[in-house]
Amino acid sequence: MRYLSQVTTLEYKAALCTGCGRCAEVCPHGVFSLDGRKAILGDKDLCMECGACFRNCEAQAIQVRAGVGCAWAILRSQWRKGKGDQAACCCE
Amino acid sequence: MIKELPLEKIVCGCSEDKPATPPAGRQELAGRSWVAEFIPTPTGDIPVVSTRLTLSDRLSAFKVRWGVGRMSYTIPPGLYAVDRPGPHSPVLVTSNYKLTFDSLRRRLTGQALWILVLDTRGINVWCAAGKGTFGTEEVINRMAAVGLREIVSHRKVILPQLGAPGVAAHEVQKRSGFRVVYGPVRAEDIPAFLAAGLKASSDMRRVRFRFQDRLKLVSMEFVGSLKYLLAIAAVLALVGLLAYRRLAAWDFLPYLGAVIIGSSLVPALLPWIPGRPFSLKGALAGLAWTLFLIAGGRLGWLPAVGWKLAVVYLLFLPVLSAFLAMGFTGSSTFTSLSGVVKEMKTAVPLMAASVALGAIFFGLSFFI
Repeated sequence: MRYLSQVTTLEYKAALCTGCGRCAEVCPHGVFSLDGRKAILGDKDLCMECGACFRNCEAQAIQVRAGVGCAWAILRSQWRKGKGDQAACCCE
Repeated sequence: MIKELPLEKIVCGCSEDKPATPPAGRQELAGRSWVAEFIPTPTGDIPVVSTRLTLSDRLSAFKVRWGVGRMSYTIPPGLYAVDRPGPHSPVLVTSNYKLTFDSLRRRLTGQALWILVLDTRGINVWCAAGKGTFGTEEVINRMAAVGLREIVSHRKVILPQLGAPGVAAHEVQKRSGFRVVYGPVRAEDIPAFLAAGLKASSDMRRVRFRFQDRLKLVSMEFVGSLKYLLAIAAVLALVGLLAYRRLAAWDFLPYLGAVIIGSSLVPALLPWIPGRPFSLKGALAGLAWTLFLIAGGRLGWLPAVGWKLAVVYLLFLPVLSAFLAMGFTGSSTFTSLSGVVKEMKTAVPLMAASVALGAIFFGLSFFI
């Protein structure tokens, strides 16, 4: 399944990559893979901006504005500044 | 309006005020149905958990899915054992949401290992990682609190892959000496992951969102939509009494249908409904429902729908389905914050306009 195209804030600077492979290990959508000594950025449109790659990249080769793609959370943070409302959200 | 959002602050807000769970003492743990016995370790007695779920475990899972006391199922954070682990046994880290803990332990029959339960405020791993409660600090602090260094001789901990958004593995290693290995996304793959020498196949590293996965969420989505349904029913009852002096079940059914479509049908049939934005999927499904009602009314096998009522339906019903379907972005496994913000920038003004037009038209319809 795919969501909107060309919206992700994911950025990868291959020059900084040390090839540790963490990004490929943590990405739940297989956006990164490891080719020998460098990570390769694949289909960016599959990125959900969870931030796992960015947080686990010690070389800081990956940047993304991480967040939760949840309409209720966005509405709530806008109207109620995120206080305590119990909406059905991601909390299964 | 969405432009000025403090985007970096958006996290799932379902449980902001949940307090921390204190670690439990031996006596309290002994009272839990899933604690079988205790084994001695260098840091004290550790509870051994059962790998079999009882009827009451399954019942609580069922209740959680239907929104009954859903947030009260937590596991005291700390170290647990499966079977008789020793100093060389692997350490699995997980959240203290009971459903997560249950789905993990029931896959561990025949294993001997340690389970380190973090205090994620009763939230599952992925959401807790997004909030940061399943995070670097908690991993380091909890390992220190239970004295993991004295219990195992190796320096490796297995974290669920979906905990990675909250944990910097290199940071954990630098500060605690423990190397983080990310295990598979799903607990069911853990035996294979362990057997393969802590190697996960690429399939084990992908989140899925199959029909059966979505179906499990449908009950919760529907329960979540009930508050909207009640509000709508109240408005409809008021309008029915004031405008028509009647309360008829048929006046409610079109709206009930639109709510079920948006909260349940669209999530279940997600990939097969055209469009990428969830609100568009919801609007299309809601429109199909509306046209069905109008056509049925015209052809005589549903209660008649006059042209004024048809316009009211067209302006209200698709919006209702669209709004609820848009909410499913938070339960899906593949929507990004940037994408949802983009979707909402278009969808929210359109939905507001449709509702406003509908209200104005309904008011005017008494005079035309």
